Amino acid sequence: MKSFAQLFTSLDETNKTNEKVKVLKEYFACVPDTDKMHMLALFTGRRPKRQINSTQFRLWAIEASGIPAWLFEESYHVVGDLSETVALLLPDHKNTSSKTLTEWIADINSLTTKTEEEKHAWLLQSWAELSAQERFVFNKILMGSFRVGVSQNLVIKALADVAELDAATLTHRLMGNWTAETYQFAELSHADTALEDVSRPYPFFLAYPVQETSEKQKTPDAMQDLLGDASVWQAEWKWDGIRAQLIKRKGEIFIWSRGEDLATDKFPELHPFLNELPDGTVIDGEILSFRNGLPLPFAILQTRIGRKTLSKKILEDSPVALIAYDCLEFNGEDIRSKTQTERRQLLQQLQAASSFQTVFNISALINFSSWQELSEIREQSRAMIAEGIMLKRKDAHYQVGRRRGDWWKWKIDPLSVDAVMIYAQKGHGRRADLYTDYTFAVWDGDKLVPFAKAYSGLTDAEINKVDAFVKRNTLEKFGPVRTVKPQLVFEIGFEGINKSTRHKSGVALRFPRILRWRHDKPKEEADTIETLKALLNDNE
Amino acid sequence: MPLLEFTDKGIYCAAGRFYVDPWLPVDDAVITHAHADHAYTGHKRYLAHHLSREVLLYRLGDITLQTVEYGETVFKNGVAITLFPAGHVIGSAQIKIEHKGEIWVVSGDYKVEDDGVCTPFEPVQCHHFISECTFGMPVYKWKPQPEVFAEVNSWWQNNVQNNLATVIVGYSLGKAQRILQNLNLDIGNVYTHGVIENTNEALRRNGIVLNPTHRITQESVKEEVRKGIIIAPPSSVGTPWMRKFAPYSFGYCSGWMTIRGAKRRRAADRGFVLSDHADWTGLISAIDATRCESVYLTHGSTATFSKYLSEIGFDAHEVHTLYGTDEDDAPAQTTETKIADNNSQEPAESMANEGGEA
Repeated sequence: MKSFAQLFTSLDETNKTNEKVKVLKEYFACVPDTDKMHMLALFTGRRPKRQINSTQFRLWAIEASGIPAWLFEESYHVVGDLSETVALLLPDHKNTSSKTLTEWIADINSLTTKTEEEKHAWLLQSWAELSAQERFVFNKILMGSFRVGVSQNLVIKALADVAELDAATLTHRLMGNWTAETYQFAELSHADTALEDVSRPYPFFLAYPVQETSEKQKTPDAMQDLLGDASVWQAEWKWDGIRAQLIKRKGEIFIWSRGEDLATDKFPELHPFLNELPDGTVIDGEILSFRNGLPLPFAILQTRIGRKTLSKKILEDSPVALIAYDCLEFNGEDIRSKTQTERRQLLQQLQAASSFQTVFNISALINFSSWQELSEIREQSRAMIAEGIMLKRKDAHYQVGRRRGDWWKWKIDPLSVDAVMIYAQKGHGRRADLYTDYTFAVWDGDKLVPFAKAYSGLTDAEINKVDAFVKRNTLEKFGPVRTVKPQLVFEIGFEGINKSTRHKSGVALRFPRILRWRHDKPKEEADTIETLKALLNDNE
Repeated sequence: MPLLEFTDKGIYCAAGRFYVDPWLPVDDAVITHAHADHAYTGHKRYLAHHLSREVLLYRLGDITLQTVEYGETVFKNGVAITLFPAGHVIGSAQIKIEHKGEIWVVSGDYKVEDDGVCTPFEPVQCHHFISECTFGMPVYKWKPQPEVFAEVNSWWQNNVQNNLATVIVGYSLGKAQRILQNLNLDIGNVYTHGVIENTNEALRRNGIVLNPTHRITQESVKEEVRKGIIIAPPSSVGTPWMRKFAPYSFGYCSGWMTIRGAKRRRAADRGFVLSDHADWTGLISAIDATRCESVYLTHGSTATFSKYLSEIGFDAHEVHTLYGTDEDDAPAQTTETKIADNNSQEPAESMANEGGEA
């Protein structure tokens, strides 16, 4: 655990990419192979199951730190991170531990059969033998909240150097359904592909945004400058569903979401079509809810995400179907290095042979001859229930991760309203102890109704100004939340709006964020609930 | 009527007709230390410790200043005033005020660890203690100074080996000298930003012996400076002045560095937890040692800290002053200055320090 905690600290201490890679390589060079696999699992978001719930964790931390519960909570609000708060509040460790990362994680996993009393004793004992630095990382792993500010690309770059493999191969081998307990470093670094797991997806190729912010719209001329001649590009709608990779190999089917969650069971409607595909087929596409052959807004799909069991009603009301984008494996062969156009032909061939063509759709190509024409077509995105347009170079290979150059997304402008900030709460992590999480309201007659929370969109300098405003203009405190004098007006952008029975305002927004601070607007000129309701009607 | 009261100009002694650390102009001001949130300009007469003399004159210009030694008593209108070491920065003092058997002590800012640079903190028994509590949260626990400087020196050594310049940031009165006196000078020379060097010079005029420093000027040879260590004020972070020494590693010394989020916001390569204020246990032990009947908390985590002190049996009160910043403003406010103005930590102090000098 010492080397892992030190790795975490060293990565925290530098903002420089080269330095991070160096630190990662040093780590790989000095730890046992099992630790390498556990580290890779943690750094790629594969966390051990949580065995101690946060109520127990807090309670036992309060006991071990010897302070009153309220003071523990106050400390948490200052620190903004539970694991860190506990690491800081516990008394200095009496003993040390030489257990490896692998041994600690085995300990954690073995808690599953332990009684609450045994867990309690184990946790206090463990804390007593870890330094504050180790405790922090240990708490993060234990509580399933381990995250690290290092991209998977960097980790793979470092590992590729150490294992003398190329990064794309490693990225692929680290995809999918593996655990550090069963996947051995020798398998990962061995060149023999016979060991490949049949369920393993390919790394997703992700599009780069044409415009970084919605305020800087690209003109047709600017598109010409950026992408060159329109004729070398294919255009499709950018569908708003769940990006997925669908696999049929050796008689088995697998559906992976982009977050590398295996979601095969969540979409039973897709199973017959997948089962019919020839072995050795991998398709990239978007899963959406459909009604009468037409895609529905994301909000409908959202109601079934996260449900353990799918009711008959859901399956009847809004069944899902696939809009396929791409084919990555054909006849058992990795075809990612064929051109976009060639891959699309193979995809069409698969679809033509399918007896489930209402479920297996292909993302239609948009006919256009100039950027001018395409930019006009793009205006219809919202009516198409699309988020904008995707552009793919006709000779593009299917690449790994988000890359500039061959795939671009050209999203539509967000919807927006001007709203008044009425509540503020302190943020977490880098924003700990600063008021960064705000609730916004619009007018309903002479009252302000809250309708959205937004966290992002302001610059650091603006956040500091808002933070200072909140502290000077607090009306009431409810736990961590402050009611502030309604005064500041912000333009709130969002991708979609839907009816909600759970919210006071009667609406729920998709991806709300702050577009800009309207210094020029007094609160009286903020938008009203009627404005929101009108957008709701447009949307239906 | 109590001997001291809290007014809109500062802490006032009606019997002695003087103020302690007033923030609006008054006739008679007793000053705990030379940081700008305690030593404001515009008073008719100042009383402070000998070792604050040159820094006060440098910062406030031509003032009428009487200075005294620790333990030496002066009277104002029959009220006895005695200064005791506060251990915060060179020349910092607690002010003991005694009249008709009633004793008050105003702490100013203090720390209990002996930093080897300023006269160590000395507890003073009193009836009423007016205390700061900048770091009055139990998450703030300082490591012993030698451990922190072992980290600093090994970081510097490592930078030299990797051909990185080393920039260490701390406010100019206090932190800068504490850093200077604890560096391992076998590694290299110490270079200072002008703002820091001006304060060093004022302290040297006051008879303080500091390690040798080289002021960075137009004539400084960049390659030489890059082999040493640069002590810079928070206001210089990210400025062209600092960038000209790139590539460098930049370390930040402050108590706020305890919290990972605060460290990340500053994008410092290294955050060293080093403060001239008392930590949680330091505050409690210092207050306990005064055996006071009541304690008044002026700045820092006043709400939380006074609630806790009340629970463990003290008669504790929150007081609103302009020292530091109020309750939960302190850590965030500091960030604000840092990001917005390239100022930083220990807000009032740094702004204060840099204010007159930049």
